[in-house]
Amino acid sequence: MLPLLTIAAVVLSTFAIGYYGSRAANTSRDFLVARRRVSSRQNAAAIAGEFLSASSFLGVAGLVMKNGPDQFWYAIGSTAGYLTLLLFVAAPLRRSGAYTLPDFAEARLGSRGLRVVATVVTIAIGYIYLIPQLQNAGLTLSMVIPQTPRWAGVMLVTGVIIVNVLGGGMRVITLVQAFQYWVKLFAIAAPAFVLFAVFFVDSSQGTRSGLTSAASPVFTANTTVTLDESVRVRVAEPVRLRASGTVDGHGVDGEVTWTAGAKDVAANTTLSFPAGATVPVVVGTVASNADWVRPQSGGKAALFNTYSVIFATFLGVLGLPHVLARFYTNPDGRSARRTTLHVLVLLGVFYLFPAILGALGRLYEPGLLTVGRTDATLLLLPSVMIPNVVGQVLGAIVAAGAFAAFMSTSSGLLVSLAGVIATDMSRGRVKDFRWFTVLVMIIPVSLALVLRPHDITLAVGMALAMAASTFCPVLVLGIWWRELTWVGAGIGMTVGGLLVAAAMTVTAISDYTGGWAPTLVQQPALLTVPLAFGTMIVVSKATSRRQPEDINRIMLRLHAPDPLGFVKDRDVLRFGEGRADGRHRRIRPRRWRARWSRA
Amino acid sequence: MTGDDGEPGAASQGATVRRPPRRKKVILAEAKGQRGLARTIVELEEQTSVGEHLVRTLVRAQLRTALMMTMLVVAGMTSLPMLFYLLPAFADFSVFGVRLSWVLLVLVPYPLMYGVGAWYVRRADRHEQDFVNMVDR
Repeated sequence: MLPLLTIAAVVLSTFAIGYYGSRAANTSRDFLVARRRVSSRQNAAAIAGEFLSASSFLGVAGLVMKNGPDQFWYAIGSTAGYLTLLLFVAAPLRRSGAYTLPDFAEARLGSRGLRVVATVVTIAIGYIYLIPQLQNAGLTLSMVIPQTPRWAGVMLVTGVIIVNVLGGGMRVITLVQAFQYWVKLFAIAAPAFVLFAVFFVDSSQGTRSGLTSAASPVFTANTTVTLDESVRVRVAEPVRLRASGTVDGHGVDGEVTWTAGAKDVAANTTLSFPAGATVPVVVGTVASNADWVRPQSGGKAALFNTYSVIFATFLGVLGLPHVLARFYTNPDGRSARRTTLHVLVLLGVFYLFPAILGALGRLYEPGLLTVGRTDATLLLLPSVMIPNVVGQVLGAIVAAGAFAAFMSTSSGLLVSLAGVIATDMSRGRVKDFRWFTVLVMIIPVSLALVLRPHDITLAVGMALAMAASTFCPVLVLGIWWRELTWVGAGIGMTVGGLLVAAAMTVTAISDYTGGWAPTLVQQPALLTVPLAFGTMIVVSKATSRRQPEDINRIMLRLHAPDPLGFVKDRDVLRFGEGRADGRHRRIRPRRWRARWSRA
Repeated sequence: MTGDDGEPGAASQGATVRRPPRRKKVILAEAKGQRGLARTIVELEEQTSVGEHLVRTLVRAQLRTALMMTMLVVAGMTSLPMLFYLLPAFADFSVFGVRLSWVLLVLVPYPLMYGVGAWYVRRADRHEQDFVNMVDR
């Protein structure tokens, strides 16, 4: 019951902030100018709030629990992605006045055809990102409120975000998203502090040993798990257990002994392990604790994977559709830089906690390694570590934070996808936008219900790989290299996008047929990003006649300092000149004006 | 123009009870500044060879700074997996029971990235200020 209350509280306060905020700002002028009254700190909280998806909130801790410190690179890389954004993209992109990536591609390279390619890629990235969020909403709801079917969570999140977007709540989306950042930070920090204190007391009293004292994770209490997906587990040491269901294709019911080796356990099988037994772990999990605690213990394949993750995250964040749209809320290029700098702080603070919680999860909740549902670590950990009402309250707080994560990221993605499609496929009226908001969700919702859920961070990593292999080269080369042509950009994006799509397909097939896909296919960015960059450069060189004629003017607009006034959307600036009480308001920052009149 | 736009005219028109709109201070010096601004914009937009050269120099300076910061991050952070892979003893090294590798991966990257970012923002702003000063002359 408790999680239901906290989830309802987050959903309702989201609506309330949206509703009251939109009442306060209800003219189009307020809507446009409001963003200029938003400080870069608040804007940064909104960006971080939108970016921290369930992948960061639940997924990173789960992956750390499974595979150790190599998985920190997802967290480091997501923050570093914003650093890349700051260094190469933030200010020029804001000055370009583009609201979506297709806008930027068309404005910079002057081709309608390229716009179509960019739109298709935007939709692909958005869907790849959206589907795991929805799937995990379903898994989470069925986990915190038993007996809830999986589609219920999917439909709940879908319904809430559609209503929120349609209801005009998006006008004050900055406020809502900033609020959700603080919800998520609280929902991960509070359990982390309390649970770490519990761990500290446990280990100083000697009731609980350290992580590396046992060779492999062991069950700390009698544990019963029920599988909701069929899995293949690896047994490290012989273990006696009670099983009821299907193992290795044979029905079992009663006491069995598993010898070392692999076991195929079918869905809906119940396994009961005694305390002290070594945990059989899902194939692909690091079984030995000594290997788990040491980074890069997995040999060449793990090293390759780490660098591939680094490529995907460092370069992929700047190509995510919802990230770019949010940057438009900065008044100018300089403030875009400042906002990004604040985002680095907010993300850095947040990402301290999944590491701690992932490690605690391996110690206290090893049953999840058998079931292969490590994404649920954070949700279950509080009630396992503190088996009383305090643990339940903390668990409910985590559940609420997870729903804040599902909703903020999904609604950001929905708005940007509906916006892209509505402007490209219709006349861009508000009515069209509303229709597309509903239509856009049909495909991801049905795929989320049909497809088999994967580790959420890995699924999101694919979206980042896609963004890094398509939009990252377009943005970076487009901003810094005059010779980029639309032909080069188009072919480069197609090559990068198709390669990642092929890798995703192979990974999905291998998921259903025993997980044989090599690392290169599961995280292809290390190969596809350089290929996309290379293709763009070579093809652009070959088609240098097709450079836009006004390239000098475009470069000027992208890079000229803000006070010179080359920002494309200057008419928006003019909106703000008067105020309701008849007083005049400065539009440009005072500091610039002062310098300007001195010079 | 509609009433809720809050135009001063609309406000005084409706009710005589309301106080008249506030006095406005008009500063002529700003108008002169504005004219200077317009002149430089025209110069740059007409794409004289001088203007183009200025823009190219600015772009190059900004890119050089960004690449320098990238090298810092590459040297400071992305070399870690390779080091851990090549030197397992380094990966296992611990001080007072705390593993150095975990500290390096959990605590160190974020302040480092913030530092690099803050430094970049200062330098990028300075380049832009230099450009504005140069154009103004």
